[in-house]
Amino acid sequence: MSERETVRIGVYVCHCGTNIAATVDVKSLAEYAGLLPNVVLSRDYKYMCSDPGQDLIRQDIRDRQLNRIVVASCSPHLHEHTFRTALKVGGLNPFYFHMVNIREQASWVHENRAQATRKAKNLVSAAVQRVAFHQPLERGRVAIQPDVLIVGGGIAGIHAALTLANAGKHVFLVEREATIGGHMARFDKTFPTLDCAACILTPKMSAVRAHPNITLWTYSEVTKVDGYVGNYKVTVLRQPRYVDEDLCSGCLECIEACVYKQAKVPDDFNLGLSKRRPIYIPFPQAVPQVPVVDPETCIQFKSGKCKTTCIAACGDRHAINLRMEPKEERIEVGTVILATGFQTFDAHRVPYYGYGKYPNVYTALEVERLVNASGPTAGEVVLRDGRRPEAVGIVHCVGSRDENTHRWCSRVCCMYSLKLAHLIKEHTGAEIFNFYIDMRTPGKGFEEFYQKLLTERVHFIRGRVAEVTDWALDPTEEGKLVIRVEDTLAGFVRRIPVDMVVLATGLEPRTDAPEVRRLFNISCASEGFFLERHPKLAPVNTFTDGIFLAGCCQGPKDIPDTVAQAGAAAAEALALIDAGYLETEPNTAHVEEEKCCGCKTCISMCPYHAVAFVDEIHKSRVNEVLCKGCGTCVAACPSGAIRQNLFEDDEIFAEIEGVFSNA
Amino acid sequence: MMSGVYGYFPGCSLKGTGVAYEESLLALFRALHLGLAELEDWNCCGATSYMSIDERDAFSLSARNLTMTQKAGHRDLIAPCSACYLALRKTQDYLDRYPKIAGGNGSLTSIRAVRVRHPLEVLYTDVGVERIRKTVARHWHGGRVACYYGCQTVRPYSEVDRDHDPVRMDELLGAAEIPTVDYSLKTKCCGGSLTGTTHDVGVRLVYILLKEAARKGAEAIVTVCPLCQYNLDAYQSEIRRSSGERLDMPVLYFTQVLGWALGAEIESLGLARAISGRKRIAQWFQPAEKEAYV
Repeated sequence: MSERETVRIGVYVCHCGTNIAATVDVKSLAEYAGLLPNVVLSRDYKYMCSDPGQDLIRQDIRDRQLNRIVVASCSPHLHEHTFRTALKVGGLNPFYFHMVNIREQASWVHENRAQATRKAKNLVSAAVQRVAFHQPLERGRVAIQPDVLIVGGGIAGIHAALTLANAGKHVFLVEREATIGGHMARFDKTFPTLDCAACILTPKMSAVRAHPNITLWTYSEVTKVDGYVGNYKVTVLRQPRYVDEDLCSGCLECIEACVYKQAKVPDDFNLGLSKRRPIYIPFPQAVPQVPVVDPETCIQFKSGKCKTTCIAACGDRHAINLRMEPKEERIEVGTVILATGFQTFDAHRVPYYGYGKYPNVYTALEVERLVNASGPTAGEVVLRDGRRPEAVGIVHCVGSRDENTHRWCSRVCCMYSLKLAHLIKEHTGAEIFNFYIDMRTPGKGFEEFYQKLLTERVHFIRGRVAEVTDWALDPTEEGKLVIRVEDTLAGFVRRIPVDMVVLATGLEPRTDAPEVRRLFNISCASEGFFLERHPKLAPVNTFTDGIFLAGCCQGPKDIPDTVAQAGAAAAEALALIDAGYLETEPNTAHVEEEKCCGCKTCISMCPYHAVAFVDEIHKSRVNEVLCKGCGTCVAACPSGAIRQNLFEDDEIFAEIEGVFSNA
Repeated sequence: MMSGVYGYFPGCSLKGTGVAYEESLLALFRALHLGLAELEDWNCCGATSYMSIDERDAFSLSARNLTMTQKAGHRDLIAPCSACYLALRKTQDYLDRYPKIAGGNGSLTSIRAVRVRHPLEVLYTDVGVERIRKTVARHWHGGRVACYYGCQTVRPYSEVDRDHDPVRMDELLGAAEIPTVDYSLKTKCCGGSLTGTTHDVGVRLVYILLKEAARKGAEAIVTVCPLCQYNLDAYQSEIRRSSGERLDMPVLYFTQVLGWALGAEIESLGLARAISGRKRIAQWFQPAEKEAYV
């Protein structure tokens, strides 16, 4: 490496059809490149990324003894890998290559052909100067631990866990709530087929519990994540549920035996529409089928003077242990799937719809519980005073498509509103009014379902509801909730008196999503949903290798899309695990130890936590697997002790000289 | 800098149709030992037709008032009329967002520092519900009232109360032991200038407001805005003539009912200027009560 061979550079100018050639004079660019120092050969070609284009490079390496290659074409994001592979096949080290972007950075952004061509020449000149200094580099490999962590036990986490477990991988499934099932467990029916949500979900929940390859930790949270792709070290905090999962048989006699004869505590699972006891299971098919004790309301925790009839009922099993402590589990996994889900928009934020003020204004999720046979009213759709509603208004887009709350469409509300309209009509025979901005029914069978609802005489009024109010203009409105809306098809303002209002609240990122992001070092889009690596081509990957996304934590989606995405995330994890290793890019930073003064500036600057301090030698060291090659530490180091492959000083200075050589 | 004294911008209403508002505001502030100094040589706030014809004229008028506030050494300027309040704040907001309109030498940029306040918000924030509760000097023996905030206090630029669902007047009156009703129309249109231009539309809006307040069991409406007060108060006899419906609903300023509760002199509250519901007003605001309570 130290002895300097003769540099023989080949330059290839791509037309990219007319993408580049229409604005940059590719012929004169190639001619110009041919005259630059060390350039042995320069060509222009219609599509450099095509097989014949790559063949050109391979042949020229062989026939003309080229040892450096410059391609002037599109963004390195697209084809750097293609051309590096071509070099490798041609027998050259793939890093004897530099790519010049004359499309996104010249032809696409300029109109003046002469100036665009001049800019392209400067860029090519810079690349030619720089590539002469390139050194051969090798890619590293990281071994991938085969175990997988899945965070979140909704339908996304459940599906991904079963897929991986069935493929023979060990899965740790961590769920914060006392049961898995997530939002889907609360639904009655699913659109557009109206299958029973529980009937299709609970078999999968049971399968999770029974699967030998799945370790299920409910009532637990991930508290710490260290390491990197293939080697994540994760700490999970398991909250005490005060009932031992291994000893409990799921007979639930303890719940019956509780000294509270009347349930008094608002039941979270039913969104406060019913009451539970301090010892409870969230719902009949909960997994695991193990009760939880809520220390906030249990008398024994509050006063220590309870008769603890629950413990007596449990008898010889001794499953109830009110002295249970939180427990930390430490695991090592190679990959992580985040399936942390969503929360529904808080309807209190739009006071003009009267949620929290008028008792008979409900959120859609509450109505899901009302129509559910295992819900607080055993499937009876009744108002809070027990009356059956005769007219029901369903307000679409609550907290969606609204400048004042959330701009995005939550994708599921139109369909679940149709489903609820159908179910409420079926249960009560009430007149149903849907108030919508646009009906969005793009999924399989969705439009057909909408048509079916139209024949069921459900009313559809196009317009965003202005307010839900109780002021009455005439006796027909007395005692009713009045929905005021501009009917934008009929062109006038309407007042529709109803007994019950259902707010179709949208989906939003969970309040604690930023903490999850920090824990796993991933990013989010402006609205707060986790950001995929590429919206089209890497939809379940994140910018952190080995961490994948599934379900609504990445954005609103329905159950079919969630399951598809969970399967994709599982497949991506499997691909890594079965390859056994991941190749790393060599453009990483490294510390020259003799120059490092141990000031630790680099450690605080690194956004990827890739620099660590080695106490024994009092110097910094870069972990090449974690390093993303951003160069921040290189620039920050006050003693110039950090260098970065492919961004060496001589390479950068040569590049700068090249840019200005025509100035 | 005059400390402890609020600058006071009456605007045209408080010297004309809304003079009862000015009288009761001054009396209430005296009862609370708060200083109020009327801005000298003030001019129109610009909220009238100026704003719809040429905003720059409106902003210039407001800017002059704000400049004079600074010259007088006031940090806070109280604008009791909702329209004045909004025009002054809108001017400040525009100066913030479009510094160009502040003129070449930027001499107007500093007037953004003036804090334009509405008396309802001053009472809620600077005085506070607790102090009102402790200062109550008279037991209320009137009926329940509907707190009516009007539309301008909840628009953009305003910081009087929360949008859509203002509650501060209800809380202040509650602290003064004055019972209120849940009034769903509390931010709906009073008819504004429609009562003058498209009369039947304006009067219909007034009718809806009065009728709903009565339906909710209110025996008076309490307002924070001189135009709201005027519209609701002045057209009740017309409604009676056209529909035969006797509403007789007193429409009072919040400064009148609070001033009374906090012990201000009854003669100074401008109660005699009311048009509608005079019998009820006379029954509710009886001077003898003062002695009885002490």
